[in-house]
Order: sequence, then C-alpha cells, then structure tokens
Amino acid sequence: MSNQLLIAILLLAPLAGFLFNGLRYKSHNAYLAGTVATIMVGISFICSCILVSRLVGEGAPQAVGAKYFEWIAVGGLSVTAGFVIDHISAIMVLVVTGVGTLIHLFSIGYMSHDARPSKYFAYLNFFLFNMLLLILGENLLLMFVGWEGVGLCSYLLIGFWFTDADKAAAGMKAFVTNRIGDAGFLLGIFSLFFMFGTVNFQEIIARLPVNGMEVYMWGPITVACLFLFVGAMGKSAQIPLYVWLPDAMAGPTPVSALIHAATMVTAGVYMIVRLNPLFLLAPNAMHVIAIIGGATALMGATIGLTQWDIKKVLAYSTVSQLGYMFLACGVGAFGAAMFHLMTHAFFKALMFLGSGSVIHAMHEEQDIRKMGGLKKYLPITHFTFMLGWLAIIGIPPLAGFFSKDEILWFSFSSIHGHKALWIVGVITAACTSFYMTRLMALTFWGKSRVPKEVHPHESPAVMTIPLIVLGVLSVIGGWIGIPHVIGAVLPGHPGNGLEHWLEHLVHEPTLRQAYGAATEWALMGISVSLAVLAALLAYNFYVTNPERPAKFTAKIQGLYNLVYNKYFVDEFYFARIINPLVEASRALWAYVDVNFIDRTTYVVSDMVRGVGSAARSFQTGNLQQYAMYIALGLAVTMFLILR
Amino acid sequence: MLLSLVTLLPLAFALVMLLIPRESWIRPVALVLALAEFVISLKLLIDFDKTTPAIQFVEKIPWVPEMGISYFLGLDGLSLWLVLLTTFLMPIVILGSWTAINTKVKGFHVALFILQTAMMGSFVAMDAILFYVFFELSLVPMYFMVGIWGGQRRIYATVKFFIYTMAGSLMMLLAIIYLMFATRDTLGYMSSSLLDFYAIKLPFVAGELMNPQTLLFFAFSLAFAIKVPMFPFHTWLPDAHVEAPTPGSVLLAGVMLKMGSYGFLRFVIPMFAEAAGYYAWVFLFLGVVGIIYGALVAMVQPDIKKLVAYSSVSHMGYVMIGLFALNTYGVTGSLYQMLNHGVSTGALFLLIGMIYERTHNREISKYGGLAKAMPIFTILFVIVTMSSIAVPMTNGFIGEFLILMGTFEASKPFAIAAVTGVVLGAVYMLWMVKRVFFGPPGELVADEHHPLHDINTREMVVMAPLIVLIFWMGLFPTTFLNYSKASIDHFVNNRDNYRLAAPTTISGPSDTKFAAKESR
Repeated sequence: MSNQLLIAILLLAPLAGFLFNGLRYKSHNAYLAGTVATIMVGISFICSCILVSRLVGEGAPQAVGAKYFEWIAVGGLSVTAGFVIDHISAIMVLVVTGVGTLIHLFSIGYMSHDARPSKYFAYLNFFLFNMLLLILGENLLLMFVGWEGVGLCSYLLIGFWFTDADKAAAGMKAFVTNRIGDAGFLLGIFSLFFMFGTVNFQEIIARLPVNGMEVYMWGPITVACLFLFVGAMGKSAQIPLYVWLPDAMAGPTPVSALIHAATMVTAGVYMIVRLNPLFLLAPNAMHVIAIIGGATALMGATIGLTQWDIKKVLAYSTVSQLGYMFLACGVGAFGAAMFHLMTHAFFKALMFLGSGSVIHAMHEEQDIRKMGGLKKYLPITHFTFMLGWLAIIGIPPLAGFFSKDEILWFSFSSIHGHKALWIVGVITAACTSFYMTRLMALTFWGKSRVPKEVHPHESPAVMTIPLIVLGVLSVIGGWIGIPHVIGAVLPGHPGNGLEHWLEHLVHEPTLRQAYGAATEWALMGISVSLAVLAALLAYNFYVTNPERPAKFTAKIQGLYNLVYNKYFVDEFYFARIINPLVEASRALWAYVDVNFIDRTTYVVSDMVRGVGSAARSFQTGNLQQYAMYIALGLAVTMFLILR
Repeated sequence: MLLSLVTLLPLAFALVMLLIPRESWIRPVALVLALAEFVISLKLLIDFDKTTPAIQFVEKIPWVPEMGISYFLGLDGLSLWLVLLTTFLMPIVILGSWTAINTKVKGFHVALFILQTAMMGSFVAMDAILFYVFFELSLVPMYFMVGIWGGQRRIYATVKFFIYTMAGSLMMLLAIIYLMFATRDTLGYMSSSLLDFYAIKLPFVAGELMNPQTLLFFAFSLAFAIKVPMFPFHTWLPDAHVEAPTPGSVLLAGVMLKMGSYGFLRFVIPMFAEAAGYYAWVFLFLGVVGIIYGALVAMVQPDIKKLVAYSSVSHMGYVMIGLFALNTYGVTGSLYQMLNHGVSTGALFLLIGMIYERTHNREISKYGGLAKAMPIFTILFVIVTMSSIAVPMTNGFIGEFLILMGTFEASKPFAIAAVTGVVLGAVYMLWMVKRVFFGPPGELVADEHHPLHDINTREMVVMAPLIVLIFWMGLFPTTFLNYSKASIDHFVNNRDNYRLAAPTTISGPSDTKFAAKESR
C-alpha cells in the first residue's frame, strides 16, 4: 500500500472509532464499544509498524510522508495537512499506538461496569487521533492542532465522572493550565514563522543559520525557544505549570496511564527533540530547560515520598520523570530524552494499569494505608508491578536503568551539563527508589490492612494481558540503547541501537572533556548503589519496622508538612493569583463598568436633559410670556441695527 | 438587479407578513421566505468572481443628483460573506424563535425582515449616505425588538442602545457631509460615493488633532467603535443582550456588531490611511484592553447571557486588533473572526434561549449537573464552547490564530498581551460550563415538578447548520478565504492609496451586470 493510504488509515481509524462510539454514546455495551475502539487503535499500530519498517535497512528513505490538502493559505503562510514519519516520530508513533492498544484493551475490563462506556471509548479514540496529529504533523501548526486536541480530550476524560464537582474542576484546571502553555506555544510559532518564513519542521531546520549560536540571553532564537518551552511546561507538567497533573488523576485510571503518563505528557519533550537543532543554537534556553527539568524532577520525587493515594504517588513520579526528560534535553542529550520517554511509557503505563487493577480489586479504594499484603490476592498484578518498580528505580538490566543512566551521564559530562545537575539527578533517583519501594511495600507486601468487607480478587485476562506485555517491555525495552561502556564488556558487543537509529536527526552531545570509561562506571555505580540503599531503607521502614515512619516524620514535622502539602503551591496560586484575579474582575465590573462608564454617560445625558428642560421652561404656553419674548427680541434687534 | 433583489426582498417580505391574515401562518411563511432569500443569496456566491478586488454586481441609480447621492450597491470580498452570514442566520433565527415569541408575532416578523434589509444594505451600500440610511434604519427594528419582546428592564436597555448608537452615528453623518463638500472642492463635483471618497486626499498632520483627516478619522471611528463595541463604549451591549429576546440577541451579536467592524474595514482604514496608521496603536491598545477586560468581567457574571455578552466584547477586541495590525494575517483573521463570532455567539445565544425557555432562569448558580439531564444539549453546548474558545479544528481557531499572528507581526508587546485572552477565554467559558453542566444537580435541574427535556427535533434542526459550519470553517477555511483573498490583498497592499475599481459605464440596473463583467 502507498504511504498516502497507510497514513490516512493510521490517522482515520481512531477517528472512525470515535464516530462509531460517539454516535451510540448511550449504549451500555462496554464489550462492543471497547472491542471496536481497541481494534481501531490496533489498526493504527499495524499501519505504524508497516510504515516504520519502510525506514529500516540500507538505502531506506530518511522519512516517509504524505500530503493531503492545503489547510490554511494566507499571505506567506501556507499550511499543508501533511504528515511525516521520520526516525524520531517513528519511536513516538510506535509507543503511542502500541501502548495505546494495550491500554484500550485493559479499559474493556476496567470500564465494564461503567454507565457510559461508549462515551469513554469514543473520547479515548479521539485522544489517539489527536495524539497522532501531534506526532505526525509535518509542521508546527498541525502539531498545535493535536496539541490542543489532546488537551481537550484530557479535559473530557479527567472530568469523565462529571457529576462529582471536584472531578469536573480537575478537568477544567488541566485545560486552563495547559492553555497557559499553549499561549506560549503560539508565540513560539509566530516567532519562528516570522524568522524563517515557514512553520514546516524540515524547512525550519534547513533554514537555521549556520554557526548561529546565540550567546545573549534575549536573542530571537532564544526567545522563540523559551516560548516553545512554555508550551512544553504546560503540556508536560513542569514547574510552574505542573499543578494540573496530580489533579488529573480524577479521571479513570487507564486514562491516567495513557494520557497522563505514557503519551500526552511527553509531547513537550517530543516537540523539543523534534526541533533540537534549533534549541542547540540557544544555549541559554537550554540551561533554563535543564534547570527547570532538574528542579521538577527533584520536587516531584520529594512530594512522592509523602503521598498516601496510590495514583498521586504515581502522578508525582510522572512529574519527576518528565523532569528527567527535560533535564536530558537541556543538557543536549536529546537521544537520551527520547529513550527515557520510551522506557518511561512502558513502565509507567504498566504501573498505572497495575494500580488500576489494584483499585478495581479494592472496589475503588486508592488509599495505600488501607491496602497491604495484596501480593497473594493479585499475583499477576503484583509480579508485573514489581517489574515496573525495578525498572523505574533503575536496577540493571531493566529498561529504566539504561535510559536514566544515560541522562545522568550526560548531565554530568555534556558541555551543556553541570555537576550540580548530576547531583540533583542522583538525589532524585534515590528518592524515586525510596517512594516506589514504599508504594510496593504498602500496597503488596507486609500485613494486610484491607477492610473486612472488601474481598480483593485478581483482574480478568483483558486486564492482565496488557500488564504482562508491558512487564516484558519494561524489562527488555532498554536493551535497544545499551551504552558503549557496557556493550564493550557484554558478549557480542551490542552497540547502541537507538543512538544509531537517531543519528542523522539527533547528535550525541559533545562532552566537556574526554572522560575515561572508569568515570562512567563509577557514576553508574554511585547511582545504582544509592538507589539500592534507598530501596532497602524503604523496605526497612515499611515492611520490617512499620512503626518507624511515624516516629521519623514526627521528628521533622515542619519539613514533613511542607512536603506532604506539596509545598503549598496550589494554595499559593489560589491566594496570590486566582482569587485576586476574580476579586479584581468583580471590582472592574462594579467600578469601571457600572459606576464609572455608565455613571459618566448618565452625567452626559443629565446635562443634555438639563439643557432641554431649561429650554422647555421658555415654552410655557403663556401668551403674555411669548409676547414678552417677542418684544424683547425686537428690542434687541432694534438695538443691534441702530447701534 | 441581483444585489438589489437580495437586499430589498426582505422589505417586501415584511409587507407580506403584514398581509397574512392568520397568526398561525406567519411563522411557516416567514421561514419559507427567509429560506428562499438564503437560496437566492447563494446566487451571489456562484456568480462571484474571486479573482478581482473590484466591486461586483454593481448597481447605480441617481438619487439626489444635485448632491451626488445615488443608490449605489456593490459587493466585494470584504462584504460577500457578511451578506451571506445575514441571509444564513435569518431562517435559523426564525425557526429558533418559533416558541419563544408568543406575543405580537406578526409585528415581530415584520421587524425581523426590515432589520434584515437594513443590515444587508449596510454591507452592500457603496454610497455613504445610502450606507447611513441603512445603518440608522437597523436601529429601528432592533429598538422595537428589545423594547417590545424584551425582558424586564427592556425599556432602559433599548433606550440606552439607541442613544449610544445614535450619538456615534451623528458624528459620522457630520463627517460624511464634510467629505461630500471635500469631493466638490477637489474633484469638482459633489458626491457621496465611497469610490470618490477614496479618491480624495485629506490633509493630515501627524500628532495634531485639529486637522481634517484626524478629526474625520475619529468621528467615523467613534460611530463604529460604539457599534463594535469597543472598550470603553461597550456598556450598552450587556444590557441590550440581556434584555433582548433570543432572536434579537442572535442578530445583534451575529450581524449588527459586524456593521461596526465592517465600517472600519470599508470606511475608516482605507479613507484615512495616514491617520489609521498613525493612530493604530490606540486601537491595538483598546482592542487588547477589550479582550482582557471583556474576559475578566465575563468571568464573574452571574447571568449566562450577560457572560456571553461580555465575551462578545472580548471577541470583538480580537477583531479590532486584527484590523489595526494592518497586515494580511490580521485583516484576514478579523474578517474570519467576524463570521466566526456570528456563528459561535449566535449559536450560544440560541442555546441559552433554549434552556431559558425551559426554566425561565439564566442564573448560573441555579444550574449544575445539566449534562445528566440534557445530554445532547450538553454536547452541542460544549462544541460551541470549543468554537468560542478557539480550539483547533473549529472555526474560532483560524480567526484567532491569524489575528494573533498579524498582531505579532505588527507589535510583539501587544501580541503577548493579547495572547492572555487565549487563556482567559478558556477560563470564563469552561468555568461557566463546569458550573452549569457538571457537578451535582442544581436547584433548577433537580426540580421534580419541572423535569427538563432534552432538545427536540426543531431545536436540533436549528443547531445543525451552525455545528456543521463550525467544523467546516475550521477544517477547510480556504473554501471561504479564497473568496476574500483578492480583496484583502488589495486592501492591505494598497492601503496608502486605496482605490476600488468599479465598472465605468453604469446607467441603470439593466446593463449593470454586463458592464461589471466587461470591466474585469
């Protein structure tokens, strides 16, 4: 089949699923709705595989694409509805449709008791359609279409159970916070368009100035990059716009897995990687990205240490892991960012689905204080969750180890990197290891704290099969990017496949100096041993000596409260920004509109009326008075003539 | 002949309305006539020549020859879609008010048709005095519509509306008279034709107020700024909207406001090029203030309809900054945004009207959980909301994107300020949606004595074309923009010395069409 047709099917299959389920939104048949939706995404996955396979091999094209119609043509702006699969979008499209299919499958089981499954699957398919637009769009504008579209679906799905006002509010918060980012993204698009005269990715990159590195903070490219990064901050939940993501957990759990862990939230990373030659010209923007990424990673991880809601822990973990990806981008390790994006999609989707399986088994209970000892009730969930846990804390040879390690290595060694960034990264890794072990321990291990009336049970096969597949991927997913120092000592000397795959689009960062293999091994050793130590500590805290955490937190009450309350950032936003804005708006309405503008017009109209009534007082209808006016008028006229 | 037919046919329909003996026949007949009018107006689209910026379908008949006033109609890419928007909205409005208007039905439809002629006349008049006549004529039916079929404070609102607009247009009349004398002095003959107005060069002194071009510029601007309405002349709008019956609101927001922005496009910017360029920042500034101010005040409104009214202030602020960006992107975006606003805000007012008919209440705090009671209504409302906050793939996005892009080219600080409207727009609309549709059922929704019925077939038929248009305009904007491209390019590229070509030999309506074709 031609690329044209395949890409059309790839895009339109989820849209067809959306229309099918959307039109019969009242149906209660979760199996029909879910099956259709899953098949549609499966079709997209197959198309992606075929298309990506065309990029493989000697003499294969660098990219395959298709153009359909001219969407906007105004002045110098010409936007074609065209799509392209190159080596970057290939990774993304496979992850999104592949993981997407698994999560759709899982949803069939998870949503089987819901009142409106058709609507759910319609939204899920529509999300996928928009995500594919975002990934495959050949220009910034199409990416923006998908960008806002996924935001819309996120809004609809977070607020899926809209009768709960809090859930509806969480949806709105997500949309509005994302919109702040989108505004920045728009400004970024304008900046690039007026600089390069195009919004097409390939054309922009081709027109970048050679040796155009901007040293100054406010150069045009730097500003454009920062605008784009504001967009990424919103979508990918970075400081200061991350606040929507933890609240987004109000949505059904598979949604959290698909949208708020594996795919949509990584869009910001993807956008930066796509434009990496542009960002490389703006080192100052890169520094900003690295610092914000590092800070977000650390902040998310510390908050994760204290949360009791299984999904909130995973949400803050996602914030933190996204921070890692931006850290990678900021230090110029775009390949590592894509690598971590991919492995994270596997293990985080796995853990969210696992938590969904737990929540399903616990009859909608999410508080890990009421769990414990679930290992024996949920053996498959437990085992797969454990694979995710080992992957995220970076135990070799699981997926997370390779990708996280590459990020840490480059944040130490790249010319854009800094030792401080590496230290932040390692501390984050230790925290990650602690809170994830804590989550494992409180949920699956130790004594059961499950209330008597709840009888946990393992989930059906539609839910466990995706878990198993993702579990396998969490183990082997990292093997495509084995670093050279490790490859050198392994039998058969496997090369870094991912690096090779991306090489003509993404360059490895230049190192600050020639580090020996020993340095790399040493750094790797430090991060892994710290992670193991943190895990052991957490095991000791939550399994061996369960009374210890309370004693410990009592000692650092102030700090604990600060972290437990998420540094009071939401409270700060409400007290200092949102509420004052609402109050100010009320004041504007009351004082400017009603009391000032209207008042002023009343004064004017009163003056007019005053003149009118003064004039009216002359017209009394009294004949004598009129006679007097005539006489007076005559007298005045006579005077003027005879003067 | 065609343009006159399209413009004046509704006036004849108004007479037909008067002659209908039975009240029950009025609505069906009106609907059929309005549909017929829409179909006839499509002929304009078919015969329209996209390649030329010249005015088409020209008709010119002397009216007061001593003063150079004529009945002079013409259509170009700037006005084409506004005319079609009017004829398109008319049947929708009639069907939409089927059950909302129960008193003096005949009078209502008479007013509606007179209003239609007045609005379309304003868009096609190529003679300033003729334009003025139509522009003022539109006030009369709207005055009665609000004053007779309106809400409780209708008299206050309608008088406020009338006086505001009237005050502005008197300034414009003076300016038109001045220009007519100016044509006599410079061209040797008195004329009120726009083409002659374009041709005269008015002295302009930068930075000084007391010179002819600056004064005339502000006189026209005031008239149109009130109509748009532009901050700080907007306070008549929320009152008028809240008191107006649904069809009045739809036409007021959908079409009448565009008479203001169209005025800037047709009169102010091309006639007073230097002043418009010099004072563009004033309008950019007020436009941006309007965007933000309108959004903020909309956010805190307790009444849904007033919220949408203030959102119009915000949206029309976009139109203004796009126009005064004075480049292709901005002007194209503005023209598109005028249509979008007609479709989206019109749809919002219709939807609000539907819910008002059911509950007779528009207070946001009394709703909640409507999504459960009226699912289809909710879907429609959310789609229109998305269009209103310019989500891509809907019409709103194209307009807003192009406007912001044009503004960015003209002035980065203003564009950065304006872009906050993208966020605030989402805030006020989604907050309202959340309070009305989501959460637990509110007072009115939970009321067991008045169970709420989801929208019926008639209401579906009313909404369907608008929904289709929202997506069509968002997905395939070139369908629409191709018709305006030549005119907008001409407008932007020749702004310093704007001229509109028209067929040279016009004697009467009979051979007009032929002459127009020939001149192309």
